[in-house]
Amino acid sequence: MLKLFTLRGGVHPEERKQLSSGVAVESLPLSPLLHIPLQQHIGAAATPMVHRGERVKKGQMIARSQGMISAPVHAPTSGRVMGVGGYPAHHPSGLLVTTVTLQPDGEEAWHPAIEPLDDPFALSPKELAGRVAAAGIVGMGGATFPSAVKLNLRQRYQLHTLVINGAECEPYLTCDDRLMQERSEAVISGVRLMAHALGVERVTIAIERNKPEATVAMQQAAAQWPEITIVSIPTQYPMGSEKHLLQILTGEEIPARGLTADIGVVVHNVATAFAVHEALYAGRPLISRLVTVSGGAVRQPKNLEVPLGTPLQDLIDYCGGLSEQPAQLISGGPMMGQPIPSLRVPLVKGSNGVLALTSREVSADTPRPCIRCGGCVEACPCGLVPLEMAAHIRSGNLDSSVKLGLLDCIGCGSCSWACPSHIPLVHHFNYAKGELAARQRQQHQQGETKRLAEARSARMEAIKRAKREQLLKRKREAEAKKRAEEALL
Amino acid sequence: MMAPLTAGPFTHSARSVPATMGWVILALLPATLFGLWHYGWPAIFLFLVTIIAAIVAEALSLKIAAKPIKPALLDGSALLTGWLLALTLPPWAPWWIGVVGSLLAIVIAKQLFGGIGQNLFNPAMVARVALLISFPLEMTQFYAPMPLFSPSAPGFLEGLQITFFGVGHYDAVSSATTLGYLKTELGREIPLSQAESGVASISSMAWGDSAGSLGEGSALLLLLGGGWLLYKKVISWHIPVAMLLTILILAALFHWIDSERYVGPLYHLLSAATMLGAFFIATDLVTSPVTRTGQILFGAGCGLLTFVIRTWAGYPEGVAFAVLLMNGATPLIDHYIKPRIYGRDRHGQPLNRRSPEES
Repeated sequence: MLKLFTLRGGVHPEERKQLSSGVAVESLPLSPLLHIPLQQHIGAAATPMVHRGERVKKGQMIARSQGMISAPVHAPTSGRVMGVGGYPAHHPSGLLVTTVTLQPDGEEAWHPAIEPLDDPFALSPKELAGRVAAAGIVGMGGATFPSAVKLNLRQRYQLHTLVINGAECEPYLTCDDRLMQERSEAVISGVRLMAHALGVERVTIAIERNKPEATVAMQQAAAQWPEITIVSIPTQYPMGSEKHLLQILTGEEIPARGLTADIGVVVHNVATAFAVHEALYAGRPLISRLVTVSGGAVRQPKNLEVPLGTPLQDLIDYCGGLSEQPAQLISGGPMMGQPIPSLRVPLVKGSNGVLALTSREVSADTPRPCIRCGGCVEACPCGLVPLEMAAHIRSGNLDSSVKLGLLDCIGCGSCSWACPSHIPLVHHFNYAKGELAARQRQQHQQGETKRLAEARSARMEAIKRAKREQLLKRKREAEAKKRAEEALL
Repeated sequence: MMAPLTAGPFTHSARSVPATMGWVILALLPATLFGLWHYGWPAIFLFLVTIIAAIVAEALSLKIAAKPIKPALLDGSALLTGWLLALTLPPWAPWWIGVVGSLLAIVIAKQLFGGIGQNLFNPAMVARVALLISFPLEMTQFYAPMPLFSPSAPGFLEGLQITFFGVGHYDAVSSATTLGYLKTELGREIPLSQAESGVASISSMAWGDSAGSLGEGSALLLLLGGGWLLYKKVISWHIPVAMLLTILILAALFHWIDSERYVGPLYHLLSAATMLGAFFIATDLVTSPVTRTGQILFGAGCGLLTFVIRTWAGYPEGVAFAVLLMNGATPLIDHYIKPRIYGRDRHGQPLNRRSPEES
């Protein structure tokens, strides 16, 4: 048995996983229209490759990745492109983002390039990572960082361990739990492929203790691979944070601003491992995912396998609709998920949950003054003093909050959860981080303008100098000529 | 300034400010009921007057400051302040002691600092100390306990007269607190072994059978309430344990050095002001440090000062002074004692920094 280390801070929110944990995954039927945003990952948005009216096949790339950190987007089914343009984003603002709207033809005709691979292990690590990149796979735990970038880390770091995050510490969410129970073989296969790509000799799969069935299923599936260890970890939020997961497993901390690769470890989510298996054995790009539909306002909470781009309304309808007007719609879990403006927005690669919470569940109390109870300090898994940071932010003193560690905050929400005064601490921190980013952009812009202006004046100066020299040269030549003529005379 | 709420979490712990105050009041209930029974009608009237004055003072202050009154009153903090203050008063003190005390606590010590969460000093202790200095006679007039319905106890009407009109002839039964008596005797160079015969036994101190403030009757009932708060995680162990342990160690050490001049540790611990202070006053969330390490330091400071004041200063009881002095040190403690940030060393530098060309 592996020795586990303790995590300071963290909280124990009511799990409420029983709503959907016993329900096997069902496939959602195709919707009449799919809206596929071109930005479903952290980094630069993908560039569209299709036009209105064009017919596409299932799995066909419809937008190519752009830049180092990006991911392509593929057609979830065959059909006709109805348009490429603005559609409400999967984001609290509901602002329009570039989206490909697809009308399925119902044929589900796969693109001819998609063929199963016989032995992906025959591929070199680099080729493997390349295929993962081409499949548009991003971190499926919600962070949506392009996975291939992480698989290529061995080029720059000494790696020894791959950690697979099956913690699923957010309340309500059970899709990773179901995935590990129902598709454990495929998950393990994906895990082994990732280990191969990374060139690591050890794999640790960490699962929270509240998922005993998943743990057993994964243990059975991994039994013949001695390099894979399944570890039961305590149920404690935010165990899904890779830095904190590593602290529990290794006792080591990632240096500030550092990566897990700094201590030789790469962390991937279980659902990402499944996507890697699909991409490498079946050749399928990431065009669907498992998602938990739950919350007190949902009639029949379920785990669904859903084509990307499906409007969330269709997921809710499939689950029997809403039993009451929800107080809050959330994409993701209730701790770190995002509020969504309406059920029109589509399911995207990072959606692990769609929650419709009742007013009883969200317990929206009006904030009271801070009573300095220190509850947030105790809850913070990063060793911060949230109450002081928030006080500085409220008084407009962003620099002081940065000195206190604002940029080390992972936004896990433990402090807000614990606060007896119901102060939205995370909201304060997000606001401050946004302000700082805007300030930095502005500074960068000012610097850029200054640089350009200086370059221009330097150029002008150079032209002037060149002219002057030309003039002098001509003058000298004329004088020389004159002297020569005089000498001749 | 800030955009509308767009961030989670969308779920919340069951903790709230009113619930926290409610738990504390509930934990005080056994000792309070015991005190009210123990000291009879005058104590009941003083208790009610003090609490009502505190709530009225809070409402008036908020009204003058044009702040919303209802949520502040419902958070229970004014009730708790009045309650705690009442428990530290001599049970038969006249009504105006309670009123003046509540006004001092709520108006001066709390609202003038900006209301709940903004006050540097514990309001009830500010009031108690101000009363003690301003009205030393009324604040040190203790009577031997006369439980409700016992033959010698004042009845309802007599109680009203004692509290509201200062009428009543109970001088015959006036009595000093245990620590007060011992301090006086030691001051007269009477050895402890001799002085001890004149005070209540240790066990009666524990049960609360001696003269004292209203809520300081029973150390055991206060300990029970405090233990329950710990169990319910309304308070953490750091402040009370640090404070009690410091008092215990210091008292034991000095008693061991010179047992004729220094009171033994049990007198210190079972003087119920110690228990009230350790579990209900020093643990005041607003005026104590926010980190665990800071809380240990704070608690130890309270214990040290309590012992020093009791032993060498002019007052037989030192908890209120000790807590106030440490309240004053809280911002300093919070400034210097911060948790270590994840991934950084104590000085805030990233752990095992990589060389500059790499980063």
